Amino acid sequence: MRNKSIGVFVSLLAVLLFSVPMFAHHGSAAFDMGKRLTMKGTVTDWIWANPHCFLKYDSTDASGNVVHWVVETSNPPDMINSGWSKQSLKPGDQVTITVEPVKNGRPVGHLLEVILPDGKTLSAWGGAKRKEVPGNGF
Amino acid sequence: MPKRFVASMVAVAVVLIFSACTYAQEQEVARQPGAVYDFDKKGEKPGPAPKRDLSGVWEPAAGPGAGIHATGAGEMPSDGKAEHELPYTDEGRKTFMAHKPTFGITQVPSALTNDPMPGCDPQGFPRILLHNFRTSRIIQTPQNVVILYEFNKKWRTIWTDGRQLPKDPESPTWGAPDAPEARWWGYSVGKWTDDYTFVVDSNGFDDRTWLDNAGRPLSDRLHVTEVYHRVDDVHLDMTVTIDDPTMYTKPWVALKLRLRLQKPGLDIREMECAPSETQEYNKEFANPAAGIDGK
Repeated sequence: MRNKSIGVFVSLLAVLLFSVPMFAHHGSAAFDMGKRLTMKGTVTDWIWANPHCFLKYDSTDASGNVVHWVVETSNPPDMINSGWSKQSLKPGDQVTITVEPVKNGRPVGHLLEVILPDGKTLSAWGGAKRKEVPGNGF
Repeated sequence: MPKRFVASMVAVAVVLIFSACTYAQEQEVARQPGAVYDFDKKGEKPGPAPKRDLSGVWEPAAGPGAGIHATGAGEMPSDGKAEHELPYTDEGRKTFMAHKPTFGITQVPSALTNDPMPGCDPQGFPRILLHNFRTSRIIQTPQNVVILYEFNKKWRTIWTDGRQLPKDPESPTWGAPDAPEARWWGYSVGKWTDDYTFVVDSNGFDDRTWLDNAGRPLSDRLHVTEVYHRVDDVHLDMTVTIDDPTMYTKPWVALKLRLRLQKPGLDIREMECAPSETQEYNKEFANPAAGIDGK
């Protein structure tokens, strides 16, 4: 009876585990997979273009130095599908950004989430809570 | 069976169920503005399939991301799993390993890739199906079927006027007066095998393209078979099979994708590969990300 119960439990556990989407490692050879940095910054440019849109912003590090960050999202059609637009960001916007940085320590990374001046949150690459960043194929 | 043990198992199961549901709710569902997906029509009962009709604007039925296969052919991604290992010939494996894609188990950083596509070389066929299948319009005429593809704003013609595929795929032509030339998009002919199934055969490919986004190879002996099955009034099932005796020891199924019919006025967004934009992206992002910008 005990063995049968354990068997049922293990089966149920397996079904539940495999019901949650599992995302394989996608096109992130340069990135520190799973690492998240959240910071405040000032937008300096928002490039709406193929192959990826990218955001340039200035943030201040722990030592008070201004760091020039460049972070990418997916391409414009994908970003439109996720509620973004060319007008989502503009130079001077004060934002809070969560990024997945690159491994080499440069201020470069995937833009995962940005909180806009009006409080609205926009997500890219599945958002900050996504364990691993999927790719769109570029 | 100790009651405490059973209670623990139930508690774990409840936590897992709750986590899965919460995860699903927190997922933002991407959608193209104005498009309709199967998840919008739960419980629907579609009408009967029209006969010999593929025309219209088609979108992946499960959502815009369902046609995106970054790690290679949807049925056989480059993920290292044994069941997804392709039946390479020696030449096929050698060519695959010479490719440096940005996705899949052999991926490299963007700045180090030798993928021809990011630099705006034509993606070609069948990679347009196996990499980024997006909103597409199918137009039927008495002589052919023309498909307009969103990704990099491309189109291709499938002839239904009875002509045969080029007999020599390594020196392809539709015949005099056309001189032989391999094409990035190959040569395609199609026919209805019944009132709801349209089969397309293609050959004559330019082998400078890659088969998919994970760097799988193709040769000028590639033969692609697409089967389009009109399931009902809103669904079309697409299946793509690869047969390339230079690169693979046997045919294999690369893609199965269900499409949903959209309203005729749905815009196919512009998506162009502009070398100037790619250069800017490499300078500002890809090169620093790979640490090769000299700084």
